Amino acid sequence: MGRMKFIVGGVLILAAVIYLIFSATKANAEYFMTVDELKAKSTSMAGQDVRVSGAVVGDTIQYNAKTLTLAFDVAQVPSDQKEVDAEGGLAAVLHAAVIDPNRARLQIIYNGPKPDLLKNEAQAIMTGYLDSNGVFHADELLLKCPTKYQEAVPNQVGE
Amino acid sequence: MVADFGYGVITIAFLVALYSGGAAIYGERTKSADWIESARRAMLLLWPLISLCAASLIYLLITNHFEVSFVYEVTSREMPTYLKITAWWGGQAGSLVFWSWLMAAFASLVTLRKWDRDREFLPWVIVVTSITTAFFLSLVVFYENPFSFFWQGPNGKLITDAAGNAIKGMLAPMAGASIAIPQDGNGLNPLLRHPGMIIHPPMLYLGFVSFVIPFAFAIAALITGRTDDRWIRLTRRWTLFAWLFLSCGLVLGSRWAYDVLGWGGFWGWDPVEIAALMPWLTGTAFLHSVMIQEKRGMLKQWNMLLIILTYSLVIFGTFLTRTGVLSSVHAFAQSAIGPAFFVFIGVTFVVSVALLIYRWPDLRGETEMKSMLSREALFLLNNLLFISVLVVCFWGVVFPIISQLFTGQTVTVGPPFYQTAVAPLFAGLMLLMGVAPLSAWGHSSLKTLGRAIWKSAVAALVVTAILSFTYTNNLIALVGFFLVVLVLLVTLQEFWRATRARSKATQENFALSFWNLFGRDRRRYGGYVIHISMMLMAIGILGINLFQVQTQGTVSTNNSLSLSGYTVKYDSVAQFPGPDGQQVTRAVVSVYQGNHYLGDLYPRIDYYPTEQQNMTIPGNRSTLKDDLYTILVDWQPASTNGATFKIFVNPLVNWLWIGAILFLFGIIIAAWPDRDAERVPARVHHVNQTESKQSSAAD
Repeated sequence: MGRMKFIVGGVLILAAVIYLIFSATKANAEYFMTVDELKAKSTSMAGQDVRVSGAVVGDTIQYNAKTLTLAFDVAQVPSDQKEVDAEGGLAAVLHAAVIDPNRARLQIIYNGPKPDLLKNEAQAIMTGYLDSNGVFHADELLLKCPTKYQEAVPNQVGE
Repeated sequence: MVADFGYGVITIAFLVALYSGGAAIYGERTKSADWIESARRAMLLLWPLISLCAASLIYLLITNHFEVSFVYEVTSREMPTYLKITAWWGGQAGSLVFWSWLMAAFASLVTLRKWDRDREFLPWVIVVTSITTAFFLSLVVFYENPFSFFWQGPNGKLITDAAGNAIKGMLAPMAGASIAIPQDGNGLNPLLRHPGMIIHPPMLYLGFVSFVIPFAFAIAALITGRTDDRWIRLTRRWTLFAWLFLSCGLVLGSRWAYDVLGWGGFWGWDPVEIAALMPWLTGTAFLHSVMIQEKRGMLKQWNMLLIILTYSLVIFGTFLTRTGVLSSVHAFAQSAIGPAFFVFIGVTFVVSVALLIYRWPDLRGETEMKSMLSREALFLLNNLLFISVLVVCFWGVVFPIISQLFTGQTVTVGPPFYQTAVAPLFAGLMLLMGVAPLSAWGHSSLKTLGRAIWKSAVAALVVTAILSFTYTNNLIALVGFFLVVLVLLVTLQEFWRATRARSKATQENFALSFWNLFGRDRRRYGGYVIHISMMLMAIGILGINLFQVQTQGTVSTNNSLSLSGYTVKYDSVAQFPGPDGQQVTRAVVSVYQGNHYLGDLYPRIDYYPTEQQNMTIPGNRSTLKDDLYTILVDWQPASTNGATFKIFVNPLVNWLWIGAILFLFGIIIAAWPDRDAERVPARVHHVNQTESKQSSAAD
C-alpha cells in the first residue's frame, strides 16, 4: 500500500515531465535549414519559424543607422560536418561559398543594431521567417567567425 | 629546447599515471603492500611532473615563442604578461594540461593528508584519479600537444597539408625541414580578456575536478564493498568545495556575459552554458540526497547513480567547453579528440554502472519510506525535479542530433524551449524549499505541515496581493513572487525559532545565539542561507525575464531617448587608444529621471585591430530597483550626425548578483571545517553503532 502510493506519485511526475518536455519542444522547435533546403521548400515553409545558416557576402551588407535596418545576402554552405571537413574546414567552405557566383543566395532583412561580427565570410545563423517574395526576415541574428585562433596558418613566417 | 623538455616531461607523466593506476590495481588484487606503496609514490610524483610541464609552457608563453603552435594561437606580443600566463587555459591544449595538473594536485592532497585514515579506500581512489589523469594526459601527448612546432621546408615556406592547415609536430615532417618562427601570435580573443573570464575557467575546472574525488571514493566503496555512508562522510567537504567552485564559475560566467557581451542578458541557454550547468544539477541533487542516506540509511543506490552521472557530466562538460565544438551542434565530432572523449565517457560510465549493479543488493535501504510528506520523501521529490531539469537540458542539447537521425531534418530548440520547460520545475523546487524545512524525518502529515506553514503562507499571499495592485499583474511573476516570499518567511522563521530556543536554553543574548546557531549545525543553517540567496536570485531572474524593456534609436548630441521613466541624453563621443592595443570609442550620456539628474554613463566600443574585432561594453547604472543598461551601437564622426544607442531597463536584476554573493557565503558556512573533523577512527572495517555515531563528526 505504502509502496503503491510512491509508485503512482513517481509515474505522475514522470508523465508530467515528459508532457512538459514534449509540449515545449513542439511549441519551440525551429527547423534548421541551409539556404538550398529553404529555397526548395519555400512554399511549405513560408511563415514558419526557421533557422537558416549561410556565409555572409560582404559586398551586399547595407546598413541604415537611422532606421536600424540591416540587409545582406548569405550564400549556401553545407550543414553536414563531413562535407565541411572534406572541403577543408569551415573557413575554407565559407570563403568558397562567398566567391562562387553560382551559389544560391538568400536576402536577409534584420531590424536592429549591426552586430560586431557581421563581416565578409562570417557564418550567420538567422531565426525568422521567409516571406512570399523570398526575403528572409530575421528576428535573431547570430554570427560566428571561423575561430582563426585555432585553425589559422601563420602568414608571416620569419627568417 | 624548452618545448622538447615540456613534451618529454608530459610523456613521462602520462606513463607514470598509467603505472600508478596499474600498480594500485595489481597491489590490491595480490594484497601486496609494496605495490600499493609504489603506486602511491608514483601518484605523488605526478603533480611535480605536470607542474614542470606547466612551467615550461608558461615560460614559452611569456617569452613569445611563436614557433610553438599553442603560443602562436593564444598570445601575441602586445598582450601584457599576466594575460600571457592566463592564456595557459585560454586554448584547448593548454587547458587539458591545466585539468590534469589540478587532478594530480587534488589526488595528492587526498592521499597525503589521510593515507592512514582512509587506507581501505585510497588504493582505489588512486586507481580512479590516475586513470582520469592518464586519459587527459593521453589527449595532450597524442592529440592536442601544446608544445608542437610549426615547420618550414628548405624553401622557407610553411609546410601545410592539402587543405592549407599548418602541419604541427615535435619532429620534422620531412627531411630538410626546420622550425618556422612566426613574427607575432594570433592573440587571445579580446572577448576573453576580461577579469571575469580569466578566473571563470579555473573556477569551473576546480569545480569539475573536485567532483572526481567523491566519485573516486564512491567507486572505491563499490569495489571494496564498504557500502555504508563512510565514503559520503569522507568526501562531504570535497563535494561542497566542488559545488562552491562550480557555482562560482557559473556566476562569474553570467556576470561576464552581462558586462561584456552587450546583449542585455546574462544567460543564453547556449550548449556551453548548459554543459557547465548539468554537473551542477546532479551535484546539487547529490548534496541533498546524501543527507537522507546519512540520516535514514536510504537512497544508497540513487546516491551512487548521482555521483556516477556527475562524473560523466563533468568529463562531458570539459569536452563541450574546451574542444571548439562551441559553434554548432553539428560540430560534435569536429575535434580529433571528440571520439576519444566519447569512448572514455562511455567506458567509465559502463564500468561504474556495472559495479553499481554488482553491489545493488548491498545498497538496499535500511528503512522504508512511509509518509509522502516526510522530509525524506520531499528530498526525493527535490531530487526528481533536479533530474528533470537535467533531462530538459540534455534533451535540448541532443535534440538536434536525434531529429537529424530520425527525420533527416535538423530541428533545434532555443531559449524559449528551456524557459517554458524549466520554469514549472523551478517553481516546484521553490515550493519544496518552503515546505521541506518544516517537515519531519520519518513522518509528516498535511495537518502538521499546515499548522507550521499557514502563517507564512497567509503573509506571502498578502504581500502578493499588494504587489498585484502596486507592481505587476503578470500571473507568472505573481506566482514567482508568492513562492519567493513564502520561502523567505519560512526560512527566516526557522532561524527565529531556533535562535529564540537557544537563547532561552543557554541564557545567551540573541545575537550571540544567532551566531552560535551556525556553529551547531553548519550544514543546516548554511543550507538555509543558500535557500535565502536562491530566492534573491529568483527575484532577479523573474525581473529580467519578465519585465525587461528596451528601446533603440539614433540621436544627435543633446538629444535624448526615453525609456520607462528614464531619459538618456547623448552628450559627446570621444576616441582614444586603450591600454591593451585597442581603439576605444566612448560615448558620454547623462541620465535623468524626470528632471532629476542621476549621473553619467559611458557605453563604449573597443576595437581590436589585430583581431579585427569589436567589443561592446555597456554603460550600466545599477540600483536595487532596476538596471539602466546602455549600449553604444554605432556612431558618426561628426557628433551632429548622431550616435545609435540601445537601452535596456532590467528590473530587479541586481538581486541576482546580491543573491549570488550570499550564495557563495552560504556554501562557505556549510563547508567550514568542524573543530573535531579529524577525529575519525582509522582502519575500522566493521560498521557498528558507535562508529557511525563517531564518524558523523567527520568532514
